[in-house]
Amino acid sequence: MIDDILNFLDPYWWLIIGVVKAVIIAVGLLSTVPLLVWLERRLMGRFQVRLGPNRVGPLGLGQALADAIKLLFKENIVQSSADKFLFYLAPAVVVFTAIVTFSAIPFGEPFEVGGESIGLWGANLNIGLLFIFAVSSMGIYGIVLAGLSSNNKYSLMGGLRSSAQMISYELTLGLSALCVVLMSGSLNLYDIVKSQSDMPYAIPLFPAFVLFFIAGVAETNRAPFDLPEAEQELVAGFFTEYSGMKFAMFFMGEYINMITMSALITILFLGGWNSYIGFDIPILVFAFKVFLLLCVFIWLRSTFPRIRYDRLMTFGWKILLPTSLVTMLAYSAIKVLVIDA
Amino acid sequence: MLESYTGAAILLLIATAIAVGMVVATTILGPKRQFADKMEPFECGESQLVSPYQRFSVKFYLVAVLFILFDIEAVFLFPWAILYKKLGLFGLIEMMVFLLILGVGLMYVWIRGGLDWE
Amino acid sequence: MELLIFYPLALVSVILALFVVFNKSPIGSAVCLIGMMLGLAGVFILLQAHFLAILQIIVYAGAIMVLFMFVIMLLNLKDDDTKWKIRERNIFLSSATGVLIVGILYKIIDVTTDTKFDSPATVPDNFGTVEVVGTALFTDFVLPFEVASILLLAAMVGAVVLAKSKVD
Repeated sequence: MIDDILNFLDPYWWLIIGVVKAVIIAVGLLSTVPLLVWLERRLMGRFQVRLGPNRVGPLGLGQALADAIKLLFKENIVQSSADKFLFYLAPAVVVFTAIVTFSAIPFGEPFEVGGESIGLWGANLNIGLLFIFAVSSMGIYGIVLAGLSSNNKYSLMGGLRSSAQMISYELTLGLSALCVVLMSGSLNLYDIVKSQSDMPYAIPLFPAFVLFFIAGVAETNRAPFDLPEAEQELVAGFFTEYSGMKFAMFFMGEYINMITMSALITILFLGGWNSYIGFDIPILVFAFKVFLLLCVFIWLRSTFPRIRYDRLMTFGWKILLPTSLVTMLAYSAIKVLVIDA
Repeated sequence: MLESYTGAAILLLIATAIAVGMVVATTILGPKRQFADKMEPFECGESQLVSPYQRFSVKFYLVAVLFILFDIEAVFLFPWAILYKKLGLFGLIEMMVFLLILGVGLMYVWIRGGLDWE
Repeated sequence: MELLIFYPLALVSVILALFVVFNKSPIGSAVCLIGMMLGLAGVFILLQAHFLAILQIIVYAGAIMVLFMFVIMLLNLKDDDTKWKIRERNIFLSSATGVLIVGILYKIIDVTTDTKFDSPATVPDNFGTVEVVGTALFTDFVLPFEVASILLLAAMVGAVVLAKSKVD
């Protein structure tokens, strides 16, 4: 009986493995987001010499869950002059792209189960890096559509500003990642991690690492680049009109993007799951590095004041873009003329 | 080759289900107590005075155009970064010429004030 | 298996393409166009053209459509402007265009009927990868590649001249 079932399933193993992996990634991401929100609020509390949420559940861990349930049962106000369909579509696009982006992130060595090699990734693509850039660049439409469909000047202005910000910093992100591609000679994220088994790229490619990190913070719309949420200037930017869970979905997208960005920085510059000190549980090493980066994200938020919009754009175009171009050129010249000559 | 996309494709479906499910769930579960004033666009307690569709600065448009151009440039650079070993010095010169021409463009935009946000 | 993915993908793409034309609002049209481009990218992946698929998303759906969206946002769209106006149709031009399109379609069908679809060409394993596309681009097609940079330069200059010229 069991043999029959196994025989029947045999040609479909790849599909079953794919489904299981996708479900694990989706569930993992969705359950990490409340934890991350909790972590951020607790850390922010400590930075500001207060306690942070600590009443609901042990250490206040229930707070994020309680918030999620509360938001789900809040009224959804769709103001009468809004474009209904696009208004509903915008938060869905944000969450959708955030989750799909994560599918190309590898987080450990493949392991064997019953003769099948199972890789710790959603999809091991030869063009993994470009795939991540491509899908995450779709996230901008969530912002644009939210701004356009709300029929509110604050939303429209906020949407326009944040999308201009995102496209400006995307260039630096791509160009500084190019240095890593030059070093590793591959766009496959698994190969990139493999090529760092001696030394993480953050050391030889330090300028690119700094540029990528700054652009990454700006891409995920985190402080000090959180212009989209500039409450004081733009009410709440592109999600002024959103309420309830739809409002929370924008934040969900932001937090998932934060995780993805930390994972990407870990893979490209910090050596992925290579521990370099002989600690041999790859997935824990990877998770630890991502956790540290997330803490740095939160640390940045509580340290720096928000940058002014004109400065933000000038910084992106006049400083980051030329610097990343020059860095990339310098590394390619060194690589071709000195190292490979 | 196509098999490597399996996980991504399935996650795509799951992500669609999650995104749509959340929007639908919150729409169904939330209370609906609507009245005319509540459905107005947000304007700090006032009713909306001017249309939200004002004319915006052309700078945003310029940023979008420049983004397209540099994005295409970056996309050209990726295959080169993989192949530079095979192409050697010829490839480097080739790419330098390409980047030089675009660098001149960037300088021009800079000097003309296309990157200024006064 | 590939057909099982291809047909829904192609169907959605064609439907979205039709929506681009028939949608009442420019924003809706732009959104449908993005969806259609993503569908096309999926078709490219099925055709083993992985790099092309990513380019389709990054350049077309990611960059060019952002510009479209910006233009829609920047234009002063009043309520009655957001609906397409039905212009008076020029019968002569319309029918001339129609005949032209039918002619092109006929030519395409004429060319492709000679192709044998029952024995599709086998593609090499590395077909459509970044390496292969890049090698072709940087060795056989150096000149077009360099000319592309001049095209980009021209576009850059044009955009600045248009955006920064003072209206007197």
